[in-house]
Amino acid sequence: MVQKLLKPLLIMGGGAGLAAAPVVLSEYALGFMVSVMSYVTLATAWAMFSGPTRYISLATVAFYGTGAYTVAVLSETLPYPLVLLTALAIGVVLAAFVGMATLRLAGIYFVVFSFGLAELVRQLITWFEVNVTGTLGRYIFLPFETQHIYWQLLALAGFTIGLGAWIRRTRLGLAPKVIGDDEVVAAHSGIALARTKVMLFVVSAALMTLAGAIQSPRWVYIEPGIVFNPTVSFLTVIMALLGGAGRLWGPTLGVIPLMVLFEWLSANFPDHFSILLGALFILIVFLLPNGVLSALEGWMKSAKGQSNGKTIEEAQT
Amino acid sequence: MSALLSLSNVTKRFGGLLAVNSMTFDLQEGEVVGLLGPNGSGKTTLINLISGALPPTAGSVHVAGKEIAGLRADQIARSGIARTFQLVRILPSMTVLENVQVPAAFGAKSHWGGEIDRIARTCLEQVGIAHLARAMPGDLTYIDQKRLELARALAAEPKVLLLDEWLAGLNPTELQDGIALIRKLQSTGITILLVEHIMEAVRALCPRCVVMNAGALIADGTTEEVLADPNVIAAYLGDSHA
Repeated sequence: MVQKLLKPLLIMGGGAGLAAAPVVLSEYALGFMVSVMSYVTLATAWAMFSGPTRYISLATVAFYGTGAYTVAVLSETLPYPLVLLTALAIGVVLAAFVGMATLRLAGIYFVVFSFGLAELVRQLITWFEVNVTGTLGRYIFLPFETQHIYWQLLALAGFTIGLGAWIRRTRLGLAPKVIGDDEVVAAHSGIALARTKVMLFVVSAALMTLAGAIQSPRWVYIEPGIVFNPTVSFLTVIMALLGGAGRLWGPTLGVIPLMVLFEWLSANFPDHFSILLGALFILIVFLLPNGVLSALEGWMKSAKGQSNGKTIEEAQT
Repeated sequence: MSALLSLSNVTKRFGGLLAVNSMTFDLQEGEVVGLLGPNGSGKTTLINLISGALPPTAGSVHVAGKEIAGLRADQIARSGIARTFQLVRILPSMTVLENVQVPAAFGAKSHWGGEIDRIARTCLEQVGIAHLARAMPGDLTYIDQKRLELARALAAEPKVLLLDEWLAGLNPTELQDGIALIRKLQSTGITILLVEHIMEAVRALCPRCVVMNAGALIADGTTEEVLADPNVIAAYLGDSHA
């Protein structure tokens, strides 16, 4: 009973604390928090689709970059809310199209395709900008300060986690788990494979597109090479995996330590950043294949001396 | 009386190979029918055609008057067909109970909430593994995994149940338990088509059998008649024994 009350209180308190953060934080720290909120959204949205289905997607930056680019193109012609809506619509259409074309691919083929998609979108936009509009780079002048972007991203991250929690209680949450385990059993149990996968992929991609759109004014100047940087896709995957892509709060827990670490690494070892990043990826995949949360659960169980740990049902949140 | 499951000229071609050749037969409601035939005669392919794992090349399949040939597996499942697999397929990351909840949630009646829990527990009780509800299926013994698969098929509340060698690989004691279990299901009035090699089980469970050889129907009748049929004996043992 106490726990039931405690959880919403904790979430509300945490949310209020985060919303008040700009009052106390320095500009530098707030910039860091903007990145944290952006990656919480990306990793949680990524895990919505890729966590249960185990379709590892490297297309995150294709949607994130599309969102940012939409703002760059439209920010001076349309009011801001309409720009966001347009970005959202473009993300949904792109994801639905890609989803229907590719979700028949499984395993490594899907990984490779999703990586190729991000490159394809980048090259198409570059080609279009060079040959049609004649300007490769674009400026974004929106009257936002860091805290405005932070609040928007905080709201989006909160919405993403809330949506994730809600989906978990619905058939749309159960179906991808079954698909991830065995597609044949899923189909023979009455699950429409293609529709389920496309729906989740679209929801996940729409959130990623919005994250890119909201964050874009931070760059001021953008070009395809900046907003379609494949490192964003890799970081999203590794953050979600570190925390545990099967849990609602897993990705969030993966984002925070990694962001701190990246910040420290890029400040202290700017020349070796990529090498250290690669080594870290390998370590995480080897040591924590199911994420920190399940590893912690395993350690706590063995500390208690319970051997029949496998029968404990996966936590809902 | 119209048939519950009706196959008419169902055919499957894999390139030059005619795996299922114009199969036609009916199942009445409440019937338990054995699908027999030597290895490679097309029994599992026929089950796959009915359940939608493969689309038939030609022919039609009706369930309670509704055409299902060529529909996707999930649409066929929602039309009231459930099956087990020749090689057991469990959902390894979910508990036994969750495994059985899946078809209750996505089947014809689309239950949700407490209802899927109730149906899943009833089905686990029916097959005798209610005490394992919270276990992980990977920790179960082989027969219990087979029971789990059967419970999962039942949780769809199917009109027709397709059992693909559900009794294969059980030891003599387990076989007796398995036969008793299917007989118990039979008394609930469910319609079953079962592929089986174990004649003891076929004689105990199926008043009627359909026999396939090289993709075609060679006999359809009461089990006694069919097993005495020279064509059937020749298919299994060769012409000199007929």
